[in-house]
Amino acid sequence: MTLARRSSGFLKPLSTACSSSFLHRRPYSTDDTTTITVETSVPFTGHNCEPPSRSVDTNPKELMTFFTDMALMRRMEIAADSLYKSKLIRGFCHLYDGQEAVSIGMEAAITKKDCIITAYRDHCLFLGRGGTLLESFAELMGRTAGCSNGKGGSMHFYKKEACFYGGHGIVGAQVPLGCGLAFAQKYRKEGHVTFTMYGDGAANQGQLFEALNMAALWDLPAILVCENNHYGMGTAEWRAAKSPAYYKRGDYVPGLKVDGMDAFAVKQACKFAKEHVLKNGPIILEMDTYRYHGHSMSDPGSTYRTRDEISGVRQERDPIERIRKLILAHDLATEKELKDIEKQARKEVDEAIVKAKESPMPDEPELFTNVYRKGFGVESFGADRKELRTTLP
Amino acid sequence: MATIFQRIGAATSLSYSIDTKTSRRSLSERKASFVVVRSDATKINTGLNRIGGRVDHLITNAVATKADTLAASTASKPGHEVLLFEALKEGLEEEMERDARVCVMGEDVGHYGGSYKVTKGLAPKFGDLRVLDTPIAENSFTGMGIGAAMTGLRPVIEGMNMGFLLLAFNQISNNCGMLHYTSGGQFKIPVVIRGPGGVGRQLGAEHSQRLESYFQSIPGIQMVACSTPYNAKGLMKAAIRSDNPVILFEHVLLYNLKETIPDEEYVLNLEEAEMVRPGQHVTILTYSRMRYHVMQAAKTLVNKGYDPEVIDIRSLKPFDLHTIGNSVKKTHRVLIVEECMRTGGIGASLTAAINENFQDYLDAPIVCLSSQDVPTPYAGTLEEWTVVQPPQIVAAVEQLCQ
Repeated sequence: MTLARRSSGFLKPLSTACSSSFLHRRPYSTDDTTTITVETSVPFTGHNCEPPSRSVDTNPKELMTFFTDMALMRRMEIAADSLYKSKLIRGFCHLYDGQEAVSIGMEAAITKKDCIITAYRDHCLFLGRGGTLLESFAELMGRTAGCSNGKGGSMHFYKKEACFYGGHGIVGAQVPLGCGLAFAQKYRKEGHVTFTMYGDGAANQGQLFEALNMAALWDLPAILVCENNHYGMGTAEWRAAKSPAYYKRGDYVPGLKVDGMDAFAVKQACKFAKEHVLKNGPIILEMDTYRYHGHSMSDPGSTYRTRDEISGVRQERDPIERIRKLILAHDLATEKELKDIEKQARKEVDEAIVKAKESPMPDEPELFTNVYRKGFGVESFGADRKELRTTLP
Repeated sequence: MATIFQRIGAATSLSYSIDTKTSRRSLSERKASFVVVRSDATKINTGLNRIGGRVDHLITNAVATKADTLAASTASKPGHEVLLFEALKEGLEEEMERDARVCVMGEDVGHYGGSYKVTKGLAPKFGDLRVLDTPIAENSFTGMGIGAAMTGLRPVIEGMNMGFLLLAFNQISNNCGMLHYTSGGQFKIPVVIRGPGGVGRQLGAEHSQRLESYFQSIPGIQMVACSTPYNAKGLMKAAIRSDNPVILFEHVLLYNLKETIPDEEYVLNLEEAEMVRPGQHVTILTYSRMRYHVMQAAKTLVNKGYDPEVIDIRSLKPFDLHTIGNSVKKTHRVLIVEECMRTGGIGASLTAAINENFQDYLDAPIVCLSSQDVPTPYAGTLEEWTVVQPPQIVAAVEQLCQ
């Protein structure tokens, strides 16, 4: 059923040309020439810097892409929830639903040569960087088709080609690593930036301030992104931090507070931050966001916050709903088409899960691979040196 | 010496446009004068086109040759005399010239020249970004180094004293050691973490720590301990070239040792032990500073008619069980002399490893002499009693050889 579209008369009818978004699905609009200007929900608040404007330019293709990708991410996280409950995923599983706008907005503003490093809530960021559903689910279930061959797990998703550096379990430890990535970028004079992400809980770690000091000292192109979902595991931010204004914590480092549930605000902020950082050194972005699930699958998420709060945020600030309203307001697709997109996402996720379940568990020899890297020098193992190998440089 | 020289490979193509003062001319000059020494001390002169030619000749049995004294090198003479810290600096400088990705970071390594002068003169030569003075934030600059290594740089992270690296334990254990594994092989972490440790001259408890025992269980890292200028330079170069994270343990009291080292470029094997003095009666395994205590005791023992075989194990993780095993097969008695604590130290692991692998060859239980399980006291006399002294080594050998 084709829909007659009118919006300034510039939109093209439905076409099946492929978009450049990360998964195969039929886009409903490939128009990226029409500019639609969107206002962010709230203005930005700056600390030691001039905040960027509230008006963000976008186009129909981008809007549809946002919707499709976020729907996919949401579906993936919910599927991970049920896989965990059916004991196919074990251990820790930290879900990102509610926070998708951060990943989507960030990807829209940067390239695949800019680095992203985050903590353990990394499934959607991995997807945003170009990871596939199969790799995600296989890794979650510990199969060889996973992105880390099943040896990393939920908290260790990495994608080197897309400059996605993970995936770290220890709170706050990824921030110095992120500054190291920025250091390497400065060393190589590449002109790219690093987005180092952490949460409101990690914002109280000492190593964060140490890393921030060094980044500011040497003007490293590091953007520190605090995904403030207001709860550090079970502790509300006002109970853990004397000053929950995380964007101000850099003191001499400028900061920006962003509505993290609004993908366009995130996009604008990341664009602004990237330009800023290449000239002036680090900046802190605080994304005001929310997670619907608990901290992880073993946390119901309702002992430290009320269900009303959760459903309130879902009603008023849900990132996918916001994009849906925008699409409907600009008449880019009908309700039914959007529902179809969501159904398609569900289908893709289900297919990926089936495929992932078919992937085998790693064999015993895999236990010992990748502990060391066979490199320069002679390696010897064991008392009889049976495995003697030399590799020359 | 059962050391293997490795040819320094073809000039690496620097695919990054970085302004460094890469002296390629001197590199090619050096390449021409390469010497390869096999474990039986015969020399082969390699030309530039013998890639892979030497593979079959290496280490089929690491039986010791009649080693010359410590001071001699097995390359062509005459060499030049250096102090240990200068040897480290030479190794580091050569590697930095050879590969623009090698950089140094640590406290006071740049303008100050390094608290033990290992990086003296490097900052004016290579610039402030390649020889980076960090603030006093071990956890984060170690993390920074590891993050930079994930992208392909090869940082050398200096801890001003190994004890300070306890603050960076999380980064070393979780990120440095494990990232190659948990990423399924996507990232390699070619860092070198180095610094002085060990008991010095009345430095106090917190500055006299032996961290090799704490780090030894971390999967994914390699540990080496240098003891002479010759092996310091060789191990430093090998560690920098290795794609694995390597922790290079130096010793505070050994920085001023003098030795003549070869002029030619040489790299030592990270996983191999060094035969210091071949013998017949007892195998003495040691590393770092205790090597000198052992050699001093060896003089006394020789006068008393014993013939100890002294091996500097050098590689603390993994152990060179081949060299050690061959020695045990020969002498049937083992004495381990180390500076680590008795509980959970390198000696404890080595005892377990030898017992597991060579139990049939042992005539007597392994004796392990280690430092006392106490924080190192400040008073000079007490400090002397915490570490193993030569008379104790002599007594132990006499006991063992009864």
